[in-house]
Amino acid sequence: MTQPPSKNPQTALPQQSLRTQSPGLRYPTNKKTIYDRNLNRTRTAELSRASFAYLFVEMISYAQRRVTGVADLEKRLNLQGYPLGLRLLDLLLTRTAPQPSTARPVRVLPLLQFITTTLWKHLFGRPADALERSAANAAEYMISDNEPLVNSYISVPREMSQLNCAAYVAGIIEGVCDGAGFATQGVSAHWANEDPAKDAPAQMWPGKTVFLIRFAPEVLEREEILAKATA
Amino acid sequence: MVVFSLLIINKAGGLVYSREFHAGLAKLSSNDLLILAGTFHGVHAITRSLVPDAVRPVQPSTSISASTSTSGVNSTSAPAFPVRPSGLEVLESSHFRLTCFQTLTGTKFLLLTEPAQPNVDVVLKKIYELYADYVMKNPFYTVEMPIRCQKFDTGLDAFVRVRG
Repeated sequence: MTQPPSKNPQTALPQQSLRTQSPGLRYPTNKKTIYDRNLNRTRTAELSRASFAYLFVEMISYAQRRVTGVADLEKRLNLQGYPLGLRLLDLLLTRTAPQPSTARPVRVLPLLQFITTTLWKHLFGRPADALERSAANAAEYMISDNEPLVNSYISVPREMSQLNCAAYVAGIIEGVCDGAGFATQGVSAHWANEDPAKDAPAQMWPGKTVFLIRFAPEVLEREEILAKATA
Repeated sequence: MVVFSLLIINKAGGLVYSREFHAGLAKLSSNDLLILAGTFHGVHAITRSLVPDAVRPVQPSTSISASTSTSGVNSTSAPAFPVRPSGLEVLESSHFRLTCFQTLTGTKFLLLTEPAQPNVDVVLKKIYELYADYVMKNPFYTVEMPIRCQKFDTGLDAFVRVRG
């Protein structure tokens, strides 16, 4: 009974030393690298919500330095999220798609579905609550989240009531869209309820946030051509 | 169960938060509340120094005999964290009971309840938790300043109403 465990390390040792000698990237034998799964491999792969909250507090304080107004602050938060979106797109596509050639979404709807399900689940552990197309403008899409994780501990002071700190998440979305080749004219976060103070207890989701995505005209043009090509 | 009101005093003795949970209390002006908070802060500081010698913690000795001492209090109190007198904790009258909970950073939570109110320490712990969540994790709150956080208000109201 005791022989196999004592024998295994001896057989595994030469293999390991051989691998360290070979040049270039080293891959574990089971091909499970950091690109395939998280470093944190506990069952739910969760991070502490409190530590994120404190980090986000510092990010907002950092963005708040030398800003001129609410719009400027939201723009800075947006810029902080943008690089994260670019990187997350590549990482999540590598992890989910079987073949790299078909991995990247090339139409608008698959891209938005990728954002509301894959990206949202990776970031917040659940899909987004709704995805709608604007009735007024065909280039505008709206993703709504009833209770954004980033806003869970934040009470915005009354004099800045227009500010929504989920602008950071909007920046992540913008990064994903840009990285996938869908140029946008900006992604912004808005409160779904215009006046949060009015009949607040009656509302089921006082913190409901709508992310407004405005695609560039050339994206819609390409979408039309693609629709004709497949039809 | 009836919780009358909650006061939060910062470490300098200033009132940073007050909220009433029960209708029909005598109205106090904000100035009176500030005086009350300042007075309590002073009284609390006095009570902390009013410690009989018997209770006063012994200076931690470096000798080995301290660890083998039979007195439970002396052996368990590590030299790094000496037991300090906590000061006034409960003030009781025929109409109300005032319970004071002081955090490690010196912030004081005063809870005014009915004298027969059970489990006040549990309520205070939960309020401290709400404070840590919705006040300390709020990027727009400056430490030691008056608390104006909508989510803290709603969280407190929901908690006290569910318990009541």
